[in-house]
Amino acid sequence: MCGATEGGLSLDGIDVKKEAIVQGQVLRDGEPVGNAYVRLLDRTGEFTAEVPTSASGHFRFFAGDGEWTLRTLAPQADPVDNAVTAAVGSVAEVVVAI
Amino acid sequence: MTRENTLVTAQWVADNLNDPKVVLIEVDEDTTAYDKGHIEGAIKLDWTTDLQDQVRRDFVSKEQFEALLSSRGVANDDTVVLYGGNNNWFAAYAYWYFKLYGHQDVKLLDGGRKKWELDSRELTATLPSREATSYTAQEQDSSIRAFRDETVAAIGVKNLVDVRSPDEYAGRLLAPAHLPQEQAQRAGHVPTSINVPWSKAANDDGTFKSDDELREIYGAAGLDDTKETIALCRIGERSSHTWFVLKELLGHQSVKNYDGSWTEYGSLVGVPVALGDEPGEA
Repeated sequence: MCGATEGGLSLDGIDVKKEAIVQGQVLRDGEPVGNAYVRLLDRTGEFTAEVPTSASGHFRFFAGDGEWTLRTLAPQADPVDNAVTAAVGSVAEVVVAI
Repeated sequence: MTRENTLVTAQWVADNLNDPKVVLIEVDEDTTAYDKGHIEGAIKLDWTTDLQDQVRRDFVSKEQFEALLSSRGVANDDTVVLYGGNNNWFAAYAYWYFKLYGHQDVKLLDGGRKKWELDSRELTATLPSREATSYTAQEQDSSIRAFRDETVAAIGVKNLVDVRSPDEYAGRLLAPAHLPQEQAQRAGHVPTSINVPWSKAANDDGTFKSDDELREIYGAAGLDDTKETIALCRIGERSSHTWFVLKELLGHQSVKNYDGSWTEYGSLVGVPVALGDEPGEA
C-alpha cells in the first residue's frame, strides 16, 4: 500500500494525539487478506464499527480508551476474535491470523 | 410490507442478473468500492453527490431525482434491488430515499455486499450500460421523514429510537469508530430516546435476523408499537436500516427516519441533551 510503514498503516494526516487508534493487518498463512471484514466490539460485546480490509489486508479504527474486541470474518474461514486495549494518543497494532 | 416483497437473497440476485427489468444498484459509504468491483450489471449511486444537494444540506429535488434516475436508465416499473457495504447502511438509506420519492418496487439484497463477498461470489469492474429512461417521481412522502422540530416535540411523547452504538449514545464517542472522533457537534442523545443499536437487527454476515427475533429485540428494549416512532443515528443512514426493519419487515404503522440525526440535533442551540447510558427525563 502506498505510504505504508513497517509495522502498519501510514498515520500521515491523522492527529494521533486526539485518537485512540486500533489498526492492523489480516493474514492467512502469512499472506494479506484483502476481502475480510473486521468488526470492532465494545467491552460488552456490542458492535461499534466494521471495516473491509484494504487490498493489503489492513484495517483501522478510531476507538476510545478501554478494552475492545476485533472480530474478523473472511470467506472460507471461521470468525476470529482478538482482544485489544486502546488509549487516546496511542496506536494499538494487531495482526489477525485467520 | 413483509420480508417477501422487500428483501431478496444473494441467490435470487445471482438467478436474476440478466433480467432487464431488475436494476441492481450499489450504494456505499466508501464511494470508491463500486469502482474496484461490483455485482455484474449493477449501476452505482454516489450518496454524497447523486443523493445530496450540493449547496444546502438536503436531498436532491424531485426534478433532480427524476433526471438522475432517467440518466442512469431506471424506469418507473423496474424492480430496483439495492445493496452496499457497511451491512447495507447506505443501501437502506437509498431504499428509504426511493420510497420517499414513491418508487413502487424496491428491495434490499439481504446481507448486502458483505454477504455476497463472504459467499465468494463474483465481482466485476466492467461498467454496464443502460438506455436512458423518462423517470417520474412522486412528491416526497412526508409520512416517513422526520425533521428537527418534530423530533424535539417527540421527547417523552413518541418512541425515539437511537440506533448508534452504545458509546455514541452515551456520549463516549462522537462518530462510528471507523471515523475520526473529532466532530463539531455535542455528544450525547435526545432525552427519552432508547438505544437499540442497528446492529442488534443484523447477523454477523449482515443479513437481517428473523421477524420473531426482531420483535423480541424491540419489545425487550421497550419500543411501544402502538406509538409513532422516529429513528435517528448520526447522519440518517444507520437509522434507515432500523426504519427498514420496523416499517418494512415488522410492519409498524408510523415510522419516520430523522435524516438530520445527531449531526443536526447535537448542533442545535438550546435543545435538551442527555449523557450516559440511560434515556434520561423529558
